[in-house]
Amino acid sequence: MAGMTLYDKLWQSHLVDQRDDGSALIYIDRHLIHEVTSPQAFEGLRMANREPWRRDCNIAVPDHNVPTRPYERRAGIAGISDPLSRLQVQTLGDNCREFNIVEIQIDDRRQGVVHVVGPEQGATLPGMAVVCGDSHSCTHGAFGALALGIGTSEVEHVLATQCLSQEKMRNMLVRVDGHLQKGVTAKDLVLAIIGKIGTAGGTGFAIEFGGQVVRDMSMEGRMTLCNMSIEAGARMGMVGVDDTTLNYVKGRPYAPRGAVWDAAVTAWRQLTSDIDAKFDTVIQLRGEDIKPQVTWGTSPEMVLPIDASLPLPRDVEDEAQRDALEGALNYMGLEPGTAIVDIRPDKIFIGSCTNARIEDLRSAAAIVKGRHIAPSIKLAMVVPGSGEVKRQAESEGLDEVFTAAGMEWREPGCSMCLAMNADRLAPGEHCASTSNRNFESRQGFGGRTHLVSPAMAAAAAVTGHFVDVRDWEAS
Amino acid sequence: MIKFTELSGVVAPLNRANVDTDLIIPKQFMKSIRRSGFGPNLFDELRYLNEGRPGEDCSARPLNPDFALNQARYHGAAILLARENFGCGSSREHAVWALNDYGIRCVIAPSYADIFFNNCFKNGVLPIVLNADLVDRLFDEVYATQGYRLHIDLQEQQIFSLQGEPIQFDVEPRRKHNLLGGIDEIGDTLQYSEAIRAFEQTWRQQSPWLFNTKERQQ
Repeated sequence: MAGMTLYDKLWQSHLVDQRDDGSALIYIDRHLIHEVTSPQAFEGLRMANREPWRRDCNIAVPDHNVPTRPYERRAGIAGISDPLSRLQVQTLGDNCREFNIVEIQIDDRRQGVVHVVGPEQGATLPGMAVVCGDSHSCTHGAFGALALGIGTSEVEHVLATQCLSQEKMRNMLVRVDGHLQKGVTAKDLVLAIIGKIGTAGGTGFAIEFGGQVVRDMSMEGRMTLCNMSIEAGARMGMVGVDDTTLNYVKGRPYAPRGAVWDAAVTAWRQLTSDIDAKFDTVIQLRGEDIKPQVTWGTSPEMVLPIDASLPLPRDVEDEAQRDALEGALNYMGLEPGTAIVDIRPDKIFIGSCTNARIEDLRSAAAIVKGRHIAPSIKLAMVVPGSGEVKRQAESEGLDEVFTAAGMEWREPGCSMCLAMNADRLAPGEHCASTSNRNFESRQGFGGRTHLVSPAMAAAAAVTGHFVDVRDWEAS
Repeated sequence: MIKFTELSGVVAPLNRANVDTDLIIPKQFMKSIRRSGFGPNLFDELRYLNEGRPGEDCSARPLNPDFALNQARYHGAAILLARENFGCGSSREHAVWALNDYGIRCVIAPSYADIFFNNCFKNGVLPIVLNADLVDRLFDEVYATQGYRLHIDLQEQQIFSLQGEPIQFDVEPRRKHNLLGGIDEIGDTLQYSEAIRAFEQTWRQQSPWLFNTKERQQ
């Protein structure tokens, strides 16, 4: 019998009931909740007179609607100027109180983007099944966890039953051998993977990321990688447990301690794919081949290395593909054949569940240190992923590096990743963004997003156009 | 949940691949804490020429005449014909609520994003997967025929048009069963309560670190 993949093991260990029709009930260990996708689920519980199955597995945090300007944040919920946003954050608090669920509130020192806060608090542990009503829940797979995004009906289902009804996915291994070049990050790697397999390449699969490059990667990098599995179409992305994982988890507030920790480590050491595991699909890349990446269009798969130029529609034979290409270029206001380095962003956004952890902020700060943003940049904002990230960055003086460079240092939240709060692009503006989606109007009506790494966003802020950070000289 | 058994309706074409859930329902409308009322903002940025705001009366907004749902021949559409990877991106169930609220109860496309596909079945909306050649043919027929309609029979897993043979489609047995019966999935799962408790007890013994995390924090 062939060995098991990490996903096979996680699936097997959480299987409550395998039904004859191919569907299964799997047990959920951790349910993270935010304010946008939960109100209707709590309302459903109320209507059916149901209670949460297990309260201690739920942790809520408001992140999508929260303002990031310090003066608004000082007033807590009352400081949210948009009444609809305010109501949504208020409703989360009301529901958590009613159902006795732990909430990390807007003014809590730990508040931040749910996918940053969970791992940081040790609320995400190896071997867990983690869900959240948010597609970027795949982030938590970086810990060797079964982590996936769910819809609101499933949020209600998990609250009421502690289970999810699922069909098993197929296994995909993305193996990245060798080493990444200096200046090339997990973000560039995941964008290159999406460029290679497409935004539907991972549909129906659970992706495991492996190979030397992933083994050498920090947990921050692995979270960035797993975070964008969903942009490759996969509901789940994961990395096997190793010392890097254990060192990150140890000592975090929700992590086990003492003898329980030792027992947990013994169990967690098993959370890798067996050497003879069988994957349905294997994708291979070489780390040395990956260059800094920039998306130029309206889908994450519309991505090119920094030294490339935009495609020419006349070179595309397939009519539907040509139409899609022309549509994207038209929306982005870009001429075919334009060099990526000639694209000039108006705004810079460094933040989001993809790239707002301490390592991301350090890498952006290293680029702008001793420099100033270009006069053509209307706004460059740095939004830390959580209160803990913010305080760590401030203790290292990163906030001063950013503000001295003319960038704004904000309070934590999802911010301009999806522009549900006041942070957004104006129509036609180009943004170098460390977030995860470049869909039309994602960052504001008519806005034009270019997805990049934190270092690439910072470098574009300084020069006023995209530039190859591999050539960047530290000041 | 709303039942889905049979559906007859006008088919509207959305000839574009990778339609994401941001496009189906933009984020400003996700601030609602209700499940209904999203219909007027379905495909807001494709449908209207100006930026939509939550709670605004959409009847006075300028319509995009090129968008199918704004064209008289597709009025009252209940079936949406779409392209590859429909519903990609965010997990927002609001996308399905918006389709449903507008009156679209069935989508036909060559492929869907996993989360959107799953969300449909929780809301009485049937996402049908057909191979790309068949979808191409349906696009041709929709464009060629004013008032083009299809009849969907979930029990028989067949699509009937006025001309030609019925088209057979696949659907997972459990999803079909739940749609046909309008099954309350939570109530259904709660019938497994004993199995869940038994699993939980064993799991707690094997992995005590996954329990009582709230107490540990305090």
